[in-house]
Amino acid sequence: MKEFTKGILKRNPIFYLMLGLCPTLAITTAVENALIMSAAFLFVMIPSAAIISMVRRWIPRNVRIPSFIVIIATFTTIIDLLIHGFLPRFYEVLGIFIPLIVVNCIVMGRVEAFASKNPVRESILDAAGMGIGFSAAIVVVSIIRELLGRGYVEIFGYTVIPSFTRSPIGVMILPPGAFLTIGIIIAIFKKKGLLKGV
Amino acid sequence: MENLLAIAVGMILVNNIVLTRFLGLCSFFGVSRRIRDALGMGIAVTFVMTCSAAITWFVYEYLLVPAGIQYMRIVVFILVIASFVQMVEVIVRKKAPSLYRAMGIYLPLITTNCAILGVVLINTEVERYSFVASTVSGFSAGIGYALAILLMAGIKERLEIAEIPESFRESPIGFIIAALLAMVFMGFGGMV
Repeated sequence: MKEFTKGILKRNPIFYLMLGLCPTLAITTAVENALIMSAAFLFVMIPSAAIISMVRRWIPRNVRIPSFIVIIATFTTIIDLLIHGFLPRFYEVLGIFIPLIVVNCIVMGRVEAFASKNPVRESILDAAGMGIGFSAAIVVVSIIRELLGRGYVEIFGYTVIPSFTRSPIGVMILPPGAFLTIGIIIAIFKKKGLLKGV
Repeated sequence: MENLLAIAVGMILVNNIVLTRFLGLCSFFGVSRRIRDALGMGIAVTFVMTCSAAITWFVYEYLLVPAGIQYMRIVVFILVIASFVQMVEVIVRKKAPSLYRAMGIYLPLITTNCAILGVVLINTEVERYSFVASTVSGFSAGIGYALAILLMAGIKERLEIAEIPESFRESPIGFIIAALLAMVFMGFGGMV
């Protein structure tokens, strides 16, 4: 259980480990994008960790990184094709950030640091915890950005939080808003001492 | 010619790879403590990005497209980039040990730098550039990256003597600065 929960808050991959920042900043302009991205990410992360953990004894140390990359790239290709086929609207928005899951530091980092050394069950739990930590982080960031930047939150056509202002802060859904939101969230976490060791 | 200039200005300023497209952020925040490190990283990324853009263009147009297996691009591109970086590392270590000491530690970091794969994907898939345009776009993206990371390192060096509120020390202030830099770069919007 410890393997599972550590990734969600105490060692959150984004706010504590500062890994996988690119998609966090790029696709959090709307909550629905963040949800699709989280699903895609979990789809890549968990099976990759499971398979790498299964074959860890047969991979020679010298070629481990290329082998991991090929396994991760396989799952990334699958989800890339699935989203392209079934959710073309999101494929347009998420663009290159779906293929870029393959070089996401969280996946590579956890696989290298954990799944390549631990049994399958623990590896799956670790991957799921980190994956959910990542998903939670991008959903939180996207809620803040969409709420402030558009004035309302709309997920898959349903209005979740109705419009509360007629002059939203437009810059929040532009690039600077992304950096600003994450910077302030980390500062709050530090102030409250929520993260391990900072 | 004008078109190439537009691509270059677009990649360096308007759609800066780091501050507008959000690629290569891990190293942007990680290796920007000192200007020297930032410069080394910037040069290494520019070099690898230019060459990768050129190589993957050939691989895409002459291998993947004729065979009709464009969907294999993710696996193929990442392997091409990884082996190219490995090769450069071996050659530089053998032929130019002094250069290796200066640049060597940044090379392994580049394989998992999403900026490289991102630019390559933008070139082949989104924009469908010609060979020359791809290379120019790769080179300018590298320059854009170097520019962003140098600006960041310059500001961070000054920050060491600045008084920052306790909770904003280290990483949060980095993000706030990045936000301000991104606002500056937004000013270039509409130039191309």
